[in-house]
Amino acid sequence: MSSTDSKSDTSKEKPAPPKPAAEKPAPPKPAAEKPAPPKPEETLPAFEKELTDRIVNQFSGDAEVGYVKENRTRINVKKEKILDVAKFIKDQTPFDHAESVSGVDFPEDNEIEVVYHLGSYTDNRYSKQVLALSTRAPREDVPNPGNDSTKLPSLRDVFYSVEFHERECFEMLGVHFEGHPDNRRLLLPEDWADLPPLRKDFKNKGR
Amino acid sequence: MTEQIPTDQTKELPPGLQLEKVDDRIMTLNVGPQHPGSGHMRIIVRIDGDYIVDADPDPGYVHRGEEKMAEVRNYLLNIPHLERPVIHDSCNILYPYVLGVEDLVGIEVPERAKYVRVIAAELNRCVYTQYWLAIYGIFLGHSTMFMWPAGDRELMIDLLEKMTGARVTHSYFIPGGVRNDIPANFEDVCLRQVNYFEKRIKEYADIFYDNPILKARTEDTGVLSSQDAIRLGTTGSVLRASGIDYDVRVKEPYDVYEELDVHTNVLKDGDSYARSKIPWLDMLESCNIIRQALEKMPKSGSVRTKLKPNPKGVGNDEVYRRVESGRGAAGMHIISNGKPEPYRVKISPGSFRNLIALPYLLKGEKLGNMPAVYWSLNYWPVEADR
Repeated sequence: MSSTDSKSDTSKEKPAPPKPAAEKPAPPKPAAEKPAPPKPEETLPAFEKELTDRIVNQFSGDAEVGYVKENRTRINVKKEKILDVAKFIKDQTPFDHAESVSGVDFPEDNEIEVVYHLGSYTDNRYSKQVLALSTRAPREDVPNPGNDSTKLPSLRDVFYSVEFHERECFEMLGVHFEGHPDNRRLLLPEDWADLPPLRKDFKNKGR
Repeated sequence: MTEQIPTDQTKELPPGLQLEKVDDRIMTLNVGPQHPGSGHMRIIVRIDGDYIVDADPDPGYVHRGEEKMAEVRNYLLNIPHLERPVIHDSCNILYPYVLGVEDLVGIEVPERAKYVRVIAAELNRCVYTQYWLAIYGIFLGHSTMFMWPAGDRELMIDLLEKMTGARVTHSYFIPGGVRNDIPANFEDVCLRQVNYFEKRIKEYADIFYDNPILKARTEDTGVLSSQDAIRLGTTGSVLRASGIDYDVRVKEPYDVYEELDVHTNVLKDGDSYARSKIPWLDMLESCNIIRQALEKMPKSGSVRTKLKPNPKGVGNDEVYRRVESGRGAAGMHIISNGKPEPYRVKISPGSFRNLIALPYLLKGEKLGNMPAVYWSLNYWPVEADR
């Protein structure tokens, strides 16, 4: 981009921060990954770890911890148990609404992942926390949205705020949410006859 | 249900057309997408007499597939198109993306850049809110309230133009800082214009917010209780107008918001009037934040940590970051698989989250109150459609 800028940077501070910053991400990261197994146990944030442990212990075998970071936690759940886990979270923890529902296509695993990001308005200690609750549905190479095996139970009855997010996920990835009263298209045109566009095998035209 | 309606028999309808009586009482109305009062969206409203019994929002007329586009461009090339959903608030909608990429790549941002970002973000919030306020005014039949914000908005746009070189689509934030430093005498000009801007928007109270006609039209219309605001997962001004104290800038401070004194505006009524007042109070708060940031900002120093030309995410990692945009919390979920392009970028903007409140609020309202309720949601169709 503009060379003048980077030069003005250079004159003042470049020798110190930018160079190591540019090189840093490469070497230390692999190093951090190798001794990873012993380290995380000590450095895991306590509050977040306690939260995920509580949920995972309740559903041992069906739920596992995805990651535990500062203010961000993730729990992967089998799709048969997702409704139970969501009810447990709603009743036993302060998480009260869904901020976002992302559908992610993984053609290599033949699965589609749905991640609910839950937040809390009611409890101040949890207002920083975002809990990602994820589950996976089977994926079919020739999708027939609504009539194939790509189905998940809807969380609308537990977290009402997922209503439009799940509708979007249905049209964009073809995940049919069972129990959702309104599985219609939301953003796509009525006459859309192609693959669900956020699947990886849908190619952008002209690219 | 179907029966012929007695009608003028002297002219016959073309074949295939039939004047049909759908229901004795219920009539279906299409509001939009061409209607200017609905923005770029359609609301299918069913009315019984003058009262709305059902409303079905139909967004998607400006869906551009931003999330799909983000999967084929690298982390830097994604910047210009990811701000397109809200060009009037382009810094704030881009903010979570930039913060997320910084987390993924692991770069530090210089202190001065953090302050510059906060100033740009707050200026942008004012630009957006003024635009929204102008529309809100004109759809309540208040032409002066269209002219004033549209004119005063120029002050902030001029400042942003000085900072970024562009009037609306700034593409100013980049992972590692901002694209370029602010001009030499910017602090003085900014302080002067922000002070004048604050003086101007305080005058809006006299002509608009204390206006008995506006109050008559908006008070007690579209009331959202605090329990429902939480249940529906609303955010931003809608949430805070219903008495919930939640602002991402305060609850989960990013960049230098922690060091600034940010006051969260909360009102208890939950009606259209409260929802329309919160963004205006936020603008006054933005002026405070800008003044604080100008004072505390380091006077010199780098504004950008150099990024490698084609930054890659660190292995299989994902990040969810959120900021407070002009319309509430904007979240971005970025998944990296170690390639130069993100594997998935999910945008969860405030407008899309607040849309769920629209059918809820319209039910039982008079049709004439629809503009007051709809625009009080601070809803931006283009952002919701992405």
